[in-house]
Amino acid sequence: MSLLDTVRIALRALLKNKMRAVLTVIGVVIGIAAVTTIVSIGQGANRLVQGELANLGTNVIFVIPGQTTDGGVRQNDAPSLTAGDAEAIGSQCPAVLAASPLVFTGGQVIYGNENWSPKEMLGVGTDFLLVRNWRLEAGSFFSQADLDSKAKVCVIGQTLIPKLFRTTNPIGQTLRVNNVPVRVIGILSKKGANMVGDDQDNLLLMPQTTVRKRLLGSPMDNIHAIMVSARSTNQMSVATRQIRNLLLERHDIAPGEEDDFDITDMEEVAGMLGMITGTLTLMLSAIAGISLVVGGVGIMNIMLVSVTERTREIGIRMALGARGRDILSQFLIESVVLSSIGGVIGLALGTAMSMAATMLINAYKPGTDWPMVVSFPAALVAMGFAAAVGVFFGFYPARRASKLDPIDALRYE
Amino acid sequence: MALIELRDVRREYDLGEVKVHALRTVSLEIEQGEFIALVGPSGSGKSTLMNTLGCLDRPTHGSYRLDGEEIVSMTRDQRARIRNKQLGFVFQNFNLLNRTSALENVELPLMYGPRMSARQRHDRAREVLDQVGLGDRYHHHPSQLSGGQQQRVAIARALVNRPSILMGDEPTGNLDSRTSREVIALFRELNERQRITVILVTHDPGIARNAERTIVLRDGRVVEDTTDFAKAKAALEFDADAS
Repeated sequence: MSLLDTVRIALRALLKNKMRAVLTVIGVVIGIAAVTTIVSIGQGANRLVQGELANLGTNVIFVIPGQTTDGGVRQNDAPSLTAGDAEAIGSQCPAVLAASPLVFTGGQVIYGNENWSPKEMLGVGTDFLLVRNWRLEAGSFFSQADLDSKAKVCVIGQTLIPKLFRTTNPIGQTLRVNNVPVRVIGILSKKGANMVGDDQDNLLLMPQTTVRKRLLGSPMDNIHAIMVSARSTNQMSVATRQIRNLLLERHDIAPGEEDDFDITDMEEVAGMLGMITGTLTLMLSAIAGISLVVGGVGIMNIMLVSVTERTREIGIRMALGARGRDILSQFLIESVVLSSIGGVIGLALGTAMSMAATMLINAYKPGTDWPMVVSFPAALVAMGFAAAVGVFFGFYPARRASKLDPIDALRYE
Repeated sequence: MALIELRDVRREYDLGEVKVHALRTVSLEIEQGEFIALVGPSGSGKSTLMNTLGCLDRPTHGSYRLDGEEIVSMTRDQRARIRNKQLGFVFQNFNLLNRTSALENVELPLMYGPRMSARQRHDRAREVLDQVGLGDRYHHHPSQLSGGQQQRVAIARALVNRPSILMGDEPTGNLDSRTSREVIALFRELNERQRITVILVTHDPGIARNAERTIVLRDGRVVEDTTDFAKAKAALEFDADAS
């Protein structure tokens, strides 16, 4: 008997008991809908985290100074890194896209009658935007000349605009940063909150030379950190090795001596966050999967009832020449059709529910742009799972039907 | 070579403590184109013999050759193929699938046979329904048909794969006498025109009278096998007296 005929017979048999079919299918619908929704939300969360990490600067590696021990207190503050190191990393490591020195500072910014303390005030190099994968909304960024001349210029984040300028165009205005007059030459484009909830636009950037000499008044040449971006995620480890070799050479560190710097990258963080969301999704899916199993048991139950009710039909079919496997496939396909219908409805329902959930999240937490993810492979897996439930829970009843003795089955009242 | 050859066929049911001998050594031959009535009181083993001949049941002992093929050593699936290809069944209670049209009921055996297109199946099923006089009832469900019409659908279903043997298990048992006569007339016509071997199980002498040859069973044995209906009748009546 052809598959098409079998499917047709299965559909007909199900239509004869519409109410029963609907009730049986509900179990699978709920299971598939629950799994789909959770996987979709979980993937949304994952996408969000990945997006945040990308925001932080793609493939970012930090180089920080090595340890010093001062009266038993150990700190990463050896004055070992220089702007020259950053420049060398940027130009000599093939796996590195760009590198920028970082000098941290803080304090108050005054414009007219307004004042504001940005969360971050950084001294950076010319390649900083490239390293972080950020863009400017208006104006321009620091040039090499600005760095060389320790120019009193800055680039501000969006949060500072309403705090200080209200309606005035900030470009060309002069701010007082810790009493040093600094001209605004650029505005960063908006980035929103990061995954920890910090406002990434509450930021002021200046050339690192300006910060070091004019704000901190430091006589030393050392910088606080170097931020590096690798050319791609898979080149992270290559880049890390190249950076290390370069710095060992530049710092004249002999083999066996302790490095005077540390290299950390965001890959670990990304991996860990991915693992957390992944595990959470998996766990919730497993819980939702239980309802799928319950749905499957429902199918098995109804198929057993159906086999008993249709014993005579089975007998007739056998008398007319149906082989065991014809009967087996008839009932198996009936149960697969049942569970697949449940799968399709569940998938549609789950998609609708995850859309609603996404809308709710975005409505209640403005600023987060929770992505809506309904992946095609996930849908395929859900459908496959629904069909597998049909096969698994339909097999026993179908096998029972196929093993009936035709004479007994014909005699069955 | 005979179409059907039974040699020393026995059928025992093992019910734990007791063994029931439904058939004790039956040997007989049936030729292509015969019209046979299997008669006997209830418990005589005629249903068991019918099921054995119909390849629904397998004897516990002996040999059954159908068209030269040994049935006893066949697997379930092989016997299913034989039923599909060689045998047509007509039952007392029709055994049609309800809520399924006459046409689809008749198509059923075609689905379990060699691959056929849906169109070929429809055409063949229509042809046989026309043949049994139900050309205007293709899409009626069994519940919308009279008993006689239902039995005609069942006969059409039995004929659709062009079997060499048509088996009726009390085919007129649920029909009134006029319809019974019509159905028996149909069997006779099929036997005479198409040389289909007909084997009817019945306890009604009025039906058995139509057969060329009557086989009388009692206690799992053939007690009379004759073309002379008077003899068969005598054997049957002797039986009735005994019980």
